Amino acid sequence: MSESVSRRSPGRLRRSVNAFASSHGRALLGSLGRLWRTPLNTLLTIAVLGVALALPTAFLLLLSNLQGVTAGWRTDARLSIYLEPGTSPERYPALLARFEQDPQVAAVSLITPEQGLEEFRQLAGMEDALALLDANPLPAVILVWPAAGLEPQAYEALAARAQQLPGVEQVQLDREWIQRLAIMVELAQRVTLVIAVMLGVAVVLIVGNTIRLGIENRREEVTIVKLLGGTDAFIRRPFLYEGCWYGLGGGLLALLMVSVALLLLRGPAAMLAVSYGSSLRLAGLDWQGAGLLLASSVLLGLVGSWLAVGRHLREIEPR
Amino acid sequence: MIRFDNVSKRYPNGHQALFGISLHIRQGEMVFVTGHSGAGKSTLLRMIPLLERPTTGQVLVNGINLNRLPRRRIPQLRRRVGMIFQDYRLLHDRSVFDNVALPLIIRGVPPQEVGRRVRAALDKVGLLDKEAVEPITLSGGEQQRVGIARAVVSRPPILVADEPTGNLDPELSWEIMQLFRDFQQVGVTVVIASHDLELIRRMRQRVIVLERGRLLDDVPAGST
Repeated sequence: MSESVSRRSPGRLRRSVNAFASSHGRALLGSLGRLWRTPLNTLLTIAVLGVALALPTAFLLLLSNLQGVTAGWRTDARLSIYLEPGTSPERYPALLARFEQDPQVAAVSLITPEQGLEEFRQLAGMEDALALLDANPLPAVILVWPAAGLEPQAYEALAARAQQLPGVEQVQLDREWIQRLAIMVELAQRVTLVIAVMLGVAVVLIVGNTIRLGIENRREEVTIVKLLGGTDAFIRRPFLYEGCWYGLGGGLLALLMVSVALLLLRGPAAMLAVSYGSSLRLAGLDWQGAGLLLASSVLLGLVGSWLAVGRHLREIEPR
Repeated sequence: MIRFDNVSKRYPNGHQALFGISLHIRQGEMVFVTGHSGAGKSTLLRMIPLLERPTTGQVLVNGINLNRLPRRRIPQLRRRVGMIFQDYRLLHDRSVFDNVALPLIIRGVPPQEVGRRVRAALDKVGLLDKEAVEPITLSGGEQQRVGIARAVVSRPPILVADEPTGNLDPELSWEIMQLFRDFQQVGVTVVIASHDLELIRRMRQRVIVLERGRLLDDVPAGST
């Protein structure tokens, strides 16, 4: 029509840009206002979204904490070298020196039978058991910490070399269970991913359904706007922003829930860490993580509303 | 301005609403479409803003063949056709001002201009003092005048009114008709469906008479 001919002049362009911005601002604030006017419905929806978003976030957080812990353990993957019982203490320094000179070894430590016995004695309930023994049954133990980042093969070679040394009875690798732990962590990662995807789909469906009901409730308005020449984009816009608001609200609530849960867990977790001789502190979401959570919540909200809007606005035709 | 070429309409339920209607409405004309209920008045009117598509034949508005108008261009057509309904079709959760402002907001008119033009439209229909109230608190005649203000606020070249006085008493109906006449006199093409023969006679405008979907008579203006 004649309007489209004159649309290219610069004044027209600026006006179009202004109209575009004001239309978006109106839809943005209008949709927020509408949510505000039905606080109970809005809060219920946001609560459901918050729980759905908090669960995978909490799992991911737990996992990253677990990985932090096991990463510490991995560098602790030491060799315990048990010497033959009755090995003369004069031979300790030579054996220790063999390991200290090895470039693949970071640190070496010796536990004499006497020290070992002392450690046992400090453990509650062992006192009486030890009293029954005539002699100290414990062998001397050399603890060897491999250099950081040592390859598994080199680690095994180190253990094999230690086994060859005279006076060594047994070499114990603290590795198998760490490997198992790594596999379990990976499994947990997969499980978390699956849960996150399922709950993400749930968020999309919840928002989609809420928006669908919103469209249904405002059928008359949509009809009238279509009668008056409202474009699909104009009609769609407030619903899309509504979906974004739901996503943002759900994301913020999830953030709050995860933070509170973390606060509640921090004390017991610290106690548990202390009992393992670790100073581990439960890590929360950093700014990046929080930003990512909010961004993905808004995106899921937008996707949900987009699906609902695409399906239902076309069905409403003015009569 | 508006041309019907051999237009027929058959609804999916088998009801044939229009049979081969051909007529031409010139720019600035005021035309009444009359006939008994079920004669096809509404169907005819609803084809102008493409609320209804002909089964056969074609409708041209401003030289544009509506059969060839793609879906995404329909909003542009509807912005050029102000529509007025018997049941007013106002939004009851919004003030009179917001109802009248809606077509301007849809077009992205700047806010300060919206205020000016809405008040001009409300002034024209004599409801300037009612801009803040909700439409439900107004009388039928007042609600219809809000509907008219909404239809004309964006200054469309065509006004289409389907039984605009169907719910109003004769005196109010006459006032509403005077409003339509005012718009016609500034060059707006006005098409009104009505079965109020007495009112139509007094208006002395062109009258198109339909009967069971067929064009029965086309009486030029001033001949009654």
